Amino acid sequence: MKARVYVMLKNGVLDPQGEAVRHALGSLGFDGVEGVRQGKIIELDLAEGSTEDTVTEMCEKLLANTVIESYRVELL
Amino acid sequence: MKAAVIVFPGSNCDRDLAVAFEQAGMDVTMVWHKDTALPEGLDIVGVPGGFSFGDYLRCGAIAANSPICKSLIAHTERGGYALGVCNGFQILTETGILPGALRRNANLKYICRTVGLKVEATNTAFTSQYDAGQVINVPIAHHDGNYFVSDEKLAQLRDEGRIAFTYTDNPNGSVADIAGVVSKNQRVLGMMPHPERAADEGHGGTDGVAMFRSLVDQLATA
Repeated sequence: MKARVYVMLKNGVLDPQGEAVRHALGSLGFDGVEGVRQGKIIELDLAEGSTEDTVTEMCEKLLANTVIESYRVELL
Repeated sequence: MKAAVIVFPGSNCDRDLAVAFEQAGMDVTMVWHKDTALPEGLDIVGVPGGFSFGDYLRCGAIAANSPICKSLIAHTERGGYALGVCNGFQILTETGILPGALRRNANLKYICRTVGLKVEATNTAFTSQYDAGQVINVPIAHHDGNYFVSDEKLAQLRDEGRIAFTYTDNPNGSVADIAGVVSKNQRVLGMMPHPERAADEGHGGTDGVAMFRSLVDQLATA
């Protein structure tokens, strides 16, 4: 089985990379881009029977820094 | 007086930090990240700058889960002293020993230059030989030094006098210009600037020396 983890900077935490992408889109002529947030996707190959709880624990312990990041787990 | 400097794959300021500790009069042992125990009778642990584990995932995140870091956490929980510089600061926040997190610099650039730091707290083990409000010049060299703490935590850090240094001209977007913070017991300091690179005439500045002298003084009376 596979799991996909989405890690994003929390709302309210300035995302300088997202801001840079927003500016770049603006200078390419894409008007109306009001905000860009950049995050990461981490795909995990897991042994059958692994649980969402385990993946959540992985997020808490390593995959995300919950001081500044939020995460979402998707089992595939 | 005994110091240990932890070496991770990708550390590159480990020897500079060891030299600074030695010049202040300490015996220094280098400790590999896979070791599970710190040397006995240790006074202070140095967590050096560099790019541990290639900054993969997040700066300091993999290093913070190295075997030696369990001992480092136990050392600080027992009231032991520690100094984390640059990547070392990132590692200390990733272990949860110090609050907050270091984000990408606001201008997205790697910044390598000497900056002015204002000494905010002189009651720590690391800053007693500076004057309150004194401005010192210390180099920075980082891509992810943009310190973040929540408003709530920031208020707590201020109340507890735990902001050790602030930038005189914020280079990286850090909340409240913060360049370094200490633990609640004032014995663990994390900072992005490199005092060990301002510790010898040959470095072009010696404003970092007083930090290592403060530490030796504190340890001698502790």
